[in-house]
Amino acid sequence: MNTNNHFDAIVIGGGPAGMTAGIYLSRARLKTLIISDGVLGGQMVLTHEIANYPGVESISGYQLSNIMKKQAKSFGCVIKSNSRVTDLQIEGEIKSVTLSDGTTYTSNAIILTPGGRSRTLNVPGEAAFKGQGISYCATCDGDFFTGKEIVVVGGGNSALEEAVSLTKYATKVTIVHQFDHFQAFEYAVEEAKANPKIHFIMESTITGFHGNEKLERVDIKNIKTGEVQNFATDGVFIFIGYVPNTEFLKGKVDMNQWNEILVNSDMATSIPGVYAAGDSIVKRYRQVTTAVGDGTIAALAASGYIHQLKSRHLHETLAH
Amino acid sequence: MLYTNLHHVMTAAEHQKLINENENVMICCGRMGPMCIPVYGIMEDLEEEYKHVKFADMEFDNPEAYVIRNVPEVRGFMGIPFTMYYKNGKLVKATSSIQSMSQVRAILDNEFAPVTVS
Repeated sequence: MNTNNHFDAIVIGGGPAGMTAGIYLSRARLKTLIISDGVLGGQMVLTHEIANYPGVESISGYQLSNIMKKQAKSFGCVIKSNSRVTDLQIEGEIKSVTLSDGTTYTSNAIILTPGGRSRTLNVPGEAAFKGQGISYCATCDGDFFTGKEIVVVGGGNSALEEAVSLTKYATKVTIVHQFDHFQAFEYAVEEAKANPKIHFIMESTITGFHGNEKLERVDIKNIKTGEVQNFATDGVFIFIGYVPNTEFLKGKVDMNQWNEILVNSDMATSIPGVYAAGDSIVKRYRQVTTAVGDGTIAALAASGYIHQLKSRHLHETLAH
Repeated sequence: MLYTNLHHVMTAAEHQKLINENENVMICCGRMGPMCIPVYGIMEDLEEEYKHVKFADMEFDNPEAYVIRNVPEVRGFMGIPFTMYYKNGKLVKATSSIQSMSQVRAILDNEFAPVTVS
């Protein structure tokens, strides 16, 4: 075992849950590594203003993330951002994690905090027209569509609220939704329905994006009749919820039908020494505050597990 | 104001100076939003590794950023950030909206040069 690459605990995911776990573990003098797929902070950095994080009146997600990172580092936590996990062995007392650069790290405990990401439609043309007509952020890109006609995909709170906010710029907003009713709160539905610029195409989905230099048309398919219409539009905003980043855990830990990780009240998964926290676990409320709470529990439970493991090894050595 | 750890370009003159005085330059022009922050983060991570590339950012709403917003290469762009790659003062590649680490690496390796391990 390469001792330089061996840690007491490895945290996979660098959002608020993972960084909190990193802070607690390293402060408890456990050698800790945080591996983050993207930039540190997870979905928290995507929030312009956080005004409900107790003790902090108002802060951007990016700044809060930078403070958490600084705290974790100050206790000696090692952080590798923009690093992708390519292999993971979590059974047994020594776990191993291999990254895309080929380096393998080992540890006694693992905390899984991979978080979630915005769902994409995953249909032809979506990747090609991202930034050239397709957007996932109304506040970022809304003003590019001033005086233009656009489509909003989705039927939840985000979709309806963003559709209303986009009417500040666009002359016409068409909401395309797969069901005959909306999942959003009634007030959001009422507000969208009362807006004269907003139109609805229900029980339909986008099956393709077309254009030359930028997006010009979309295929909208009626799910009931199967009929496809070629719809001219300048832009499409997609707000169809979130998915957990747990593909790499399939068959390794127990998950539910939506690929959310199953944990007990100690944030322990089905595998001894493996804990999980944050948006990727089964839970109802996904907030920075709840992620920080889960991360704390996972780190404390993992510390207990690591100490037990170490003292057992010590006793076994002494007995020989 | 962009509160990143990157070098900030504030004026059109500074922009010109930066691309004239450095062979390889990557400038991310955006705001402090969800599509831009991940790109700044990637650049901060790559800065140490790609020593032959000068990394910088410029605020999208700065009037001086017309040097990026008004070039023909970004005509079809409808998503921030606009990320620009310059070689010997000339624009060689531009992307719109969020990019992944592997996408940025591929452009740097292709347009400039891969990192040589000594």
